[in-house]
This record gives sequence, C-alpha cells and structure tokens, in this order.
Amino acid sequence: MNAIRGIAAAEGIAIGTALVLPRFSWGDDPRTHVKAVETPEREVSKLLQTFEEVQQELEALYAQAQAKLGEESAKIVKGQILMAKDRSWIEGMTRLIEEQGVSAVSAVQTKVDELLRLFEATDNAYMRERASDVRDLGSRLLLRLQGGVREEVEGISGPVIWVANDLPPSLTVGIDSTKVMAWVTETGGRTSHSSILARTLGVPAVVGAGDLGEQIRTGQTLIVDGGAGLVYTDPDSELLDEYEEKLLALAAKDNQLARWKDEPTVTADGKRIVLQANIGHAEEAEAALKQGAEGIGLFRSEFLFMHRNDLPSEEEQFAAYKKAVEAMVGKPVTIRTLDIGGDKELPYLQMPRELNPFLGYRAIRLCLDRPHLFLTQLRAILRASNYGQVRLMLPMICAAEEIRQTHRLIEQARTELTQEGIPYDSQMKVGIMVETPAAALLMDQLGAMVDFVSIGTNDLVQYTMACDRMNESISYLYQPYHPSVLRQIHYIVEQAHRNGITVSLCGELGSEASAFPLLIGMGVDYISMSASSILAIRETAASLDSGKCERLAASVLQCADQEEVLSLLK
Amino acid sequence: MVEKRTAIRNANGLHMRPATEFVDCASTFASKISLAKNGLEVDAKSMVGVISLAVACGEEIVIAAEGPDEEEALAALERVLEEMREEE
Repeated sequence: MNAIRGIAAAEGIAIGTALVLPRFSWGDDPRTHVKAVETPEREVSKLLQTFEEVQQELEALYAQAQAKLGEESAKIVKGQILMAKDRSWIEGMTRLIEEQGVSAVSAVQTKVDELLRLFEATDNAYMRERASDVRDLGSRLLLRLQGGVREEVEGISGPVIWVANDLPPSLTVGIDSTKVMAWVTETGGRTSHSSILARTLGVPAVVGAGDLGEQIRTGQTLIVDGGAGLVYTDPDSELLDEYEEKLLALAAKDNQLARWKDEPTVTADGKRIVLQANIGHAEEAEAALKQGAEGIGLFRSEFLFMHRNDLPSEEEQFAAYKKAVEAMVGKPVTIRTLDIGGDKELPYLQMPRELNPFLGYRAIRLCLDRPHLFLTQLRAILRASNYGQVRLMLPMICAAEEIRQTHRLIEQARTELTQEGIPYDSQMKVGIMVETPAAALLMDQLGAMVDFVSIGTNDLVQYTMACDRMNESISYLYQPYHPSVLRQIHYIVEQAHRNGITVSLCGELGSEASAFPLLIGMGVDYISMSASSILAIRETAASLDSGKCERLAASVLQCADQEEVLSLLK
Repeated sequence: MVEKRTAIRNANGLHMRPATEFVDCASTFASKISLAKNGLEVDAKSMVGVISLAVACGEEIVIAAEGPDEEEALAALERVLEEMREEE
C-alpha cells in the first residue's frame, strides 16, 4: 500500500482500477515516461501501424506537393517520408518499448526529442531550422498515436480511474462519466481545466500529484479521495472497508440531495436566490443542468482558445456557444468574453513577457487592443443569442471607457449581422465582471451602463489585497473573507440594486457553505458555482432565515480582520 | 570495402533536401554503406542517422561501402554530393 499526496481538485471518493494514459503534450518534461499498459507487444504493433499510416499520409502529401509546388519543395516531404521509413530509427523506439516498458507515445517522444536536441546543439542556423521538419513529423506521429489512445479510451467497458500526466480538453470534453470514476494527474492545479471540469461533472479528482510513472500501473486498485487530495495504491482491506463505508455515506447523501434537483432555491422565510453553474466547455452544460443548475452564470470562453495553434473561427465559436445555449433549454447562459493573459497564455497571440502579468495586458484590455479578434467573438456570441437566453459578460473592467468601447463594437457586430441577414437577439443583456476595486467603487456609475454585474471574487481578492494568488509565500494574505473584500461586495450589491440591475457572484467564494448565509444577507441575487456544489447549497438555503442572514452580514461588515469574520460565521 | 574522404562544400551543409537525395541514392544499392563525421558513424540508408550528423559546410565526411556493388555505390554518392554543390 502506498499513499500519494496531490492537490484536492474535486471532492468525492472513487475505488477502482487504474488506467494509465500516455502523455499527451509535446515534450515539456522528458523525464516522465508513463509506463505502458503491461503489454509491450501491443504498444509495438501500435507503433508500427502508426508509422505505416503516417508514411501513407506523407506519400499522399508528397504527390500533392509535387503537383502544386514542384519537385524541389516536395523534397522536404520526401525527407519526412524517408524518416518515417527509417528502420533503424523505428527499431530504436521498439527497443525502448520492449526493454523499458514505456508506451509507444513515450518512445516516439524520446527519439524525436533526441534528434531535436542534436539539431539545437549545432551552431548552423539552417540546421537548427530543420528541427521544425522533425518536430512536424513527431507531432504527426503523436497525433495518430493519440487518436489510437482515444479510441482505446472510448472503447473501455468497465469504469476506470484515469492516471495521466495531464488531460487534454479534447479527451475530457464529452467524457463518459459512467466509464471514468475519477482521475489523477501529475501536473495541474485547482484552476486547471481538468480540475474545473471534474468539479462540474462531480468526478473526484486529484491533480498535481508529481511523477506517477513509478508509482501507478494500469490494473492496480486505487482509492481516490478527491476532497483530501490523496490517492492510495493497492489499499489493504482495512482501508478499503473504511472507504467503502464513506462511499455509502456519500451515496446516501447524494440520494437525499437529489430531491432538490428541480426545486427552486428559497430560504425558509421565502427569499429567492438563483444558483447557476460555472463551466469551461459547452459539453458541461448538460451535466450542470442534471445537477440542478438554474442557468450558466459563467461560461469561460477562453478554453475554446487554449491548447491549439490558432484562433478559433467565428463558426467554431458560434457552434460551441450555441451548443451550451441549446443544452440549457431557455435558462440563461452567461458567456464571458476572452479572459486571457495573467496566468493563462496563448502562444499564438505572441503576447509580450511582462513583469506583472496580472496587472498587465490581459482580458478586456487585450480584446479592445485587438478589435478583429474581439469582433469575431462578439459576432459569434450574438449569433448564439438567437437560440436561447444569452448574457454577455466582460472581464476585468476598470474603466467606464472600456464599457463604452465594447458597446461600440457590439453595435458594429449587430449592424454587420443585420446587413448579412443573420438573426440575433436584439435584447441580449450585456454585463460586466467586477473583479477590481476600481470597478467596485465606481458601481454607482458603472451600474447605469450595463444590464447586470457579476462579482469575480478570486481576482477581486487578489487585487484588493494586492496579493498574487499564485505566490505561495504570501498566500496568507489571500483572504476572501477580509472585511475590505466583503465591504466591496456589499457596496456593489447596494449600488447595482439602486440602478435596478441584478448582482451575481461567480468566484470560488460562491461554492463555500460558510459564505452562503453572508452572501444572502448582503443581497446577492445569483450565485454561480461548480455544478457539483449546487444541490448541497440549495439544501442549506432551505434552512436559513434571510432576516438572520442580514443581521449576520451587518455585524460581519463591522469586523476588523478575516479572523473576526470567520469566528462570526462559525 | 571502399572508402572516400571528402568535405561538404555547399553553404547549408547536408540539410534535409540533399540528405534526402543522399539516402535515397544509398538505399538503391545492396552494399552496406556508412557515413561518418568526426568518428561518428551512421548507416547511410538511415535518414535519421544522416541528418543527425548535422554535417555543416566545410566539414569532412567519410563514405564507406562494402558489398557487391560497393564501387558503383561510392561513385553514385559522390555524384550526388557533387550535384548538390552545383545546385547552390
């Protein structure tokens, strides 16, 4: 028995069999050789088959290139074909699989990396450039191999626990949760896409568990305790019994919560509050609905832009937004426009390195600086608004001018669509995320310019406390319950209501049971959270008295520090 | 076994395109053919092997062939290198 500690990404417990997936992203960490499924013969035949397919693919490409570009340019492809046919190279990979038990993906990665390092070491610039031909072939091989993995993964019959270096969105979206009980990844944090997805789907997950190559093999029995961030391999019977019991208790709790699924969220004295879900992919909307979401309070559109080499087209974006909107059958879907920068980068946008990325070129700032990119997204969102109730939300607003500029761009998008005869909802609501003290303290003015506001507590805490939320050495200052944060929330609600608009809250704070009475007491209208938290919060709501909540809020707002606040909330 | 010591003269070295021709040509012969640079020897019929030598302009290489058609092989490979020099 062995206990592995990672980051608690999504609560829940799973007991089951491990399925170790090969690495998916190109060579950031050559040390991680995920062990192959204990059948090297299968890995080898997969490898040979892949080379065969790639060779055919390249031959076809070569013929095309010859016809279009002439023999000379086609030679580059010819070189790749020769590499794909190179017996000694392929034999090297085969040996890696047979002797070291690595997966086909890992073998390809190792050999391609070896060659790339050779090129990069030469001081001949032209040679170094040839590395791109090799990298290109490598990607082609990996893509094929992963296609194979994907089929394998989709073909699995029994439920398993995924063990991977990282999970690419292409694999996790559209995931069949009856076949995947939980997942454990080597990299990632609480806010990485696989963690967010796990919380939405209610799949237990542990991420950032470090090198698992030596520790977990396919077929091993695992216990995943998502809430504790723990994974046990080959658990003894005592621990198994303990967790079986916990599992039963959780199942009983789920059963009890299920009755709240189609109920509205109302306090004991009849105050109504709306609970919505945060999602990152259109595919999660359906799962959110099943977990009782009364709409999508935050659709993080940036995931559409991540893990790819170019911008998604208007059509692609439109299809994704429309899918989410249709899945929610008339319930509101709040789409946040591209929130990139800070900790999230898009290599193909070639953003400059910054000393203070969180205070820099990101979110609405980047979008307004690149109107073509923004206009494409605005058009796609407007088009999706024809299929349900869409609300458009702007991230990281600091200034009134940012709202005015966006309104002008939306107007331009509307005009274009009208001229093209493409339908959209002319009443589509436009709101802002309040995540900076600048926006919070100007709410009396900004509230008059928009249809709704949504408080993004994660960034609001960061900017209020002047505390980088990724910096561990100052994490003690990242205090969501700090009175300055709570006073801003209170002020935002007060001023928004004075302007006749509603207030949502879509940060982590919304999922915390201890914060809930406080948020009701301060008058927040909508709370958006991980779908898996909704039913439990709804049950809590039914036991609360809104008058008591208001009195609680009033006394909390008089506190001097977070400790005092927390002691009142207990 | 026959052997030929020569230097790569074209500006960009034995890069993808000439390497392709070189390997293509070598593969048509039955003999065992090797290419060496600084004592590092690779199979001349292996594309990956040849480009992994990263032979730059001015660097000396040794081509060696052993087998039934070793003479023809060596002559043909020399021709490939010669042509590639003229190309640039």
